[in-house]
Amino acid sequence: MTKILVVAEHAGGKLNPATAKCVACASAISGAEIDVVVLAADASAVADQAAKLQGVKKVLKVENAANAEPLAAVLAPQIAAAAANYTHVFGPSTTFGKDLMPRVAALLGVGQLSDIMAADSAYTFRRPIYAGNAIITVEAAKDKKVVATVRVASFQAVGEGGSAAVEAAAVNAEIPTHTRFVTRSAAATGRPDLQTAARVVSGGRAVGSADNFKIIYGLADKLGAGVGASRAAVDAGYAPNDLQVGQTGKIIAPELYVAVGISGAIQHLTGIKDARTIVAINKDAEAPIFEVADVGLVGDLFTVIPELEKALG
Amino acid sequence: MSKILVGLKRVVDYNVRVRVKPDGTGVVTEGVKMSINPFDEIALEEALRIKEKGGATEVIVASIGPADTQQQLRTGLAMGADRAILVQSDAPVEPLAAAKAFLKLIEKEGPQIVLLGKQGIDDDNNQTGQMLAALWNRPQATFASKVELDSGRAKVTREVDAGLETIEVDLPAVITTDLRLNEPRYVKLPDIMKAKKKPLDTLPIAELGIDAGSQFKTLKYEAPAGRSKGVMVKDVGELVAVLKQKGLI
Repeated sequence: MTKILVVAEHAGGKLNPATAKCVACASAISGAEIDVVVLAADASAVADQAAKLQGVKKVLKVENAANAEPLAAVLAPQIAAAAANYTHVFGPSTTFGKDLMPRVAALLGVGQLSDIMAADSAYTFRRPIYAGNAIITVEAAKDKKVVATVRVASFQAVGEGGSAAVEAAAVNAEIPTHTRFVTRSAAATGRPDLQTAARVVSGGRAVGSADNFKIIYGLADKLGAGVGASRAAVDAGYAPNDLQVGQTGKIIAPELYVAVGISGAIQHLTGIKDARTIVAINKDAEAPIFEVADVGLVGDLFTVIPELEKALG
Repeated sequence: MSKILVGLKRVVDYNVRVRVKPDGTGVVTEGVKMSINPFDEIALEEALRIKEKGGATEVIVASIGPADTQQQLRTGLAMGADRAILVQSDAPVEPLAAAKAFLKLIEKEGPQIVLLGKQGIDDDNNQTGQMLAALWNRPQATFASKVELDSGRAKVTREVDAGLETIEVDLPAVITTDLRLNEPRYVKLPDIMKAKKKPLDTLPIAELGIDAGSQFKTLKYEAPAGRSKGVMVKDVGELVAVLKQKGLI
């Protein structure tokens, strides 16, 4: 019997959409029983949201004042304890899941599968390696727990309408005090979140300066899009690092991706391979971005974008 | 004596466009340039800077890999590490086994800080540091973009999806590096000559007394699905027309 425990990611009392994508990955395994675990100081609001996800059987609440901030060292022993009766433990391949899940796996004495993009069976998965330049099919040992992070860009979130039972779970785990949360600085932009946005406009080095990056924000706002940036633009200080799209930044799969002044290094392409439609605007007709773009326009971004904004009305 | 242990992995150079073998048994690595994993170079740079500021007295670089990994360890020594340890394994080692091997080195060397890259650019796993911290029962600070040391503690700024997060950890601890932590130094020719005389110990992985067995079997390697050829448009008018036709605007 395949029993999958999905670790919920949440902040400010809101369930992160990445959780619904982990449930979607778990649902792809036939006959799997899926539970979600929510760790928080007060887990009620998030647990209720998780209970509505299609395909979830039960939601476990693990409440402790120490769980107020998502510190891997604090959460991992509790998840490892809660995972005792499960064959699989899934978490999202976000910075939260990447930080946490390997620690859970090691406490359980097993390895981990990172970034799974497809579940062919309960023990056979596909995942990208070498910055997405190769896809491997991996078979996990059946006598061990499978701990994995799910590549959120590869799955459509399950819908709502479920009504899973919510239970408080008592876990017996020693919680360390050697790790303490200090502060978090989030860029509050009011724009759609990069990882879940249906449309994303990204700027690259050719934008030229932090001040010029306003042109990217302007187009994004016109399209109701999230904003991204290439590593070159982030390294040059044109855009904050949490906007970086690529192998070492965020991997996204929007309906529409508009790459402005981005040449299209392998590192960047890895982050957008699964976008439905890629539009590239670049001065250089030889830029590699045009090899993957569905629609390409060779032109100066400082001429093209104002025209485009005007055309969008 | 305060030591920093830095993990270096030998990987296909990041500039190489990796190709899958036609028979699906792996990727082409024959005759391909190998380098230190870029994130690990950043880890070593950080360790050297800490030592230069008096925060440590010795920097040890360690790697798990085939005999040829000595080349990358020598590069690490030329950058400024004091000595090197190669845990020799001709078979690939999964992150859990690598973490177990590092734990053995920790038990022997007693470092205050273990610095690793956040991920290898070959397997893209992003696991070893977290697993090591768990097995060691010590704190982890992953995706570090700033490290400040202060009497037995480290304040680490981490790059997370929501922006930046700062945590404080008691030492000893494992820290994994993100790209923006620092700019690694270049190696100078005289340092390459000097590095040849620095100690490099090799020990076979079998001698560590760990279970280096694997849990995962790779059945197949495939090239990623290509995207179908797109269209080039001449001007903004055409671009808008295509986007409208696709129902995107």
